[in-house]
This record gives sequence, structure tokens and C-alpha cells, in this order.
Amino acid sequence: MSRQHRSGTAAIRRPRAPVFAALGDEVRLSLIAKLCAGQPYSISQLTEGSRLTRQAITKHLRVLESVGIVHSVHSGRESLFEFDPKPIEETRKYLDLVSQQWDQALARLKSFVED
Amino acid sequence: MNDRIEKRIALKAPVSRVWRALTDYREFGEWFRVRLEGPFAPGQVSRGYITHPGYEHVKWEAVIQKMDPERLFSFTWSHPKSLDKATYSPDYSQEPTTLVEFSLEKTASGTLLVLTESGFDKLPSDRRLEAFRRNDGGWTQQMKNIETYVAPAS
Repeated sequence: MSRQHRSGTAAIRRPRAPVFAALGDEVRLSLIAKLCAGQPYSISQLTEGSRLTRQAITKHLRVLESVGIVHSVHSGRESLFEFDPKPIEETRKYLDLVSQQWDQALARLKSFVED
Repeated sequence: MNDRIEKRIALKAPVSRVWRALTDYREFGEWFRVRLEGPFAPGQVSRGYITHPGYEHVKWEAVIQKMDPERLFSFTWSHPKSLDKATYSPDYSQEPTTLVEFSLEKTASGTLLVLTESGFDKLPSDRRLEAFRRNDGGWTQQMKNIETYVAPAS
């Protein structure tokens, strides 16, 4: 797998709302918690110990896959899922950027009303 | 992940002054750095262009939600995918539609302004904008009704 290191604005061109939406679910967050240790898991392994069916877990994995948070890799007949931190890092960077823009705008507001 | 931004800032100016700086479209445009077409009104779309040097190509579009005098001003908007001139696209359809709220509180030294921006997981759609518009009208009427209902008979 190729690892691309992109910087600055190039790193925040991925559509963002779907990434946030993918993260807004307890089941998917628990899947991420398991996968983010780095080891790839099969659907059976991810279903084990969960109250959800294999179909339900698969559905959630597909949502994560659609925004690039997990990738499936084939190992023999089985699909394994592995975590990719990039979309979440980009999303965080984007929030930091929005936050900075507000800091600057509010500083301008402050001098505007206090003058 | 926390998908909400919150900022609190103490301003040495009366609430009425801060309210005007937020809700008069010319004053808002001054500090926010946007040239707006006209006044803000709840349920109405506000359009303009950013005036921040280097970002004059960036379109501003928001739907004004609430204007509760000297207490709450809110709007929804979408962030462009990229602000860079080379990659900027006016298509915001895959970008979050967030709710921006300014709430004001009188303090001994002036005004406490709390800004929140939330809803980064929401996709914009014309239907949603339409719904917001309808909702707001409904709520405005609703709040008026409640106000009339709870107001002491004089």
C-alpha cells in the first residue's frame, strides 16, 4: 500500500461531512477502537463478542470503508479490514483550521467593538 | 471526536453595541471580512463575497436562523472544500452544513460572547435549506404565541 504524505491544504480536499457522519455512530467508533491498534481483523473476529450480527457489522464496515477510514485486504478467502488514520487526521486538521479562523475573526470583532 | 467548536470571549462593550456589530450586515462585513448584498433577516439567505485579501473569490452564503435581540444570533452555512484560488470550487454539496450561534450575556465589564459552531456531519441540500426556512417561520410564530400566552395581563 502506498503511503502518501500530503501537507497543508492538499490534505483537506476529501469531502468532510461524510467522514464526520461515519464517526457519529457508537458501533463504528467501537470498530475503530479495535482496528486502530494496527492489526487487521476479519469480519468474524469483529463480530465475536458483539451483540450484532455479521451482516450489521459488515454494513458498518462498508460505511467506514466508503470514507477511507478502513480498507479491506484479502487474505486467502477472507476479507480483512485494516484501519487508515488519514481521514480522521485530516478531519481534525480541518476543525483546527476552522477554530483558528474563528479566533482571528473574534479578535477583529473585539477591536471593532472596543474601539 | 468532538465535532463542535466553542469560543468564549469577553468584550468591553455593551450588549447593544455587540448586537449591532453582529447583526448589522455592514458592521458584520467589516470585522468578518465579507461584502454582503443586504440586511440579515431570519429565514432569508444572505449572500456575498469574502473581502479577506487573497480570498476575494470565495462566495459567502448563509441562511439566517434566529435573531433574538441582544441574546442570540444564528445562521447555517457551508464551508468550501478548499479556499485556495487554484482549487476553489463553488460546489459545497459534499461539505458540512454547520450551525453558527452567537449568544450574548451582559457582564459587569461589558458582554460575554459565546460562539458555537456545530453539525459538521450534516450535508447541505436545497431541501434542508427549505426546511430550515419553514422551521424558522414556524418557530418564530410559536415563540410569539408562547410569549403572548405567558405575558402578564396588563
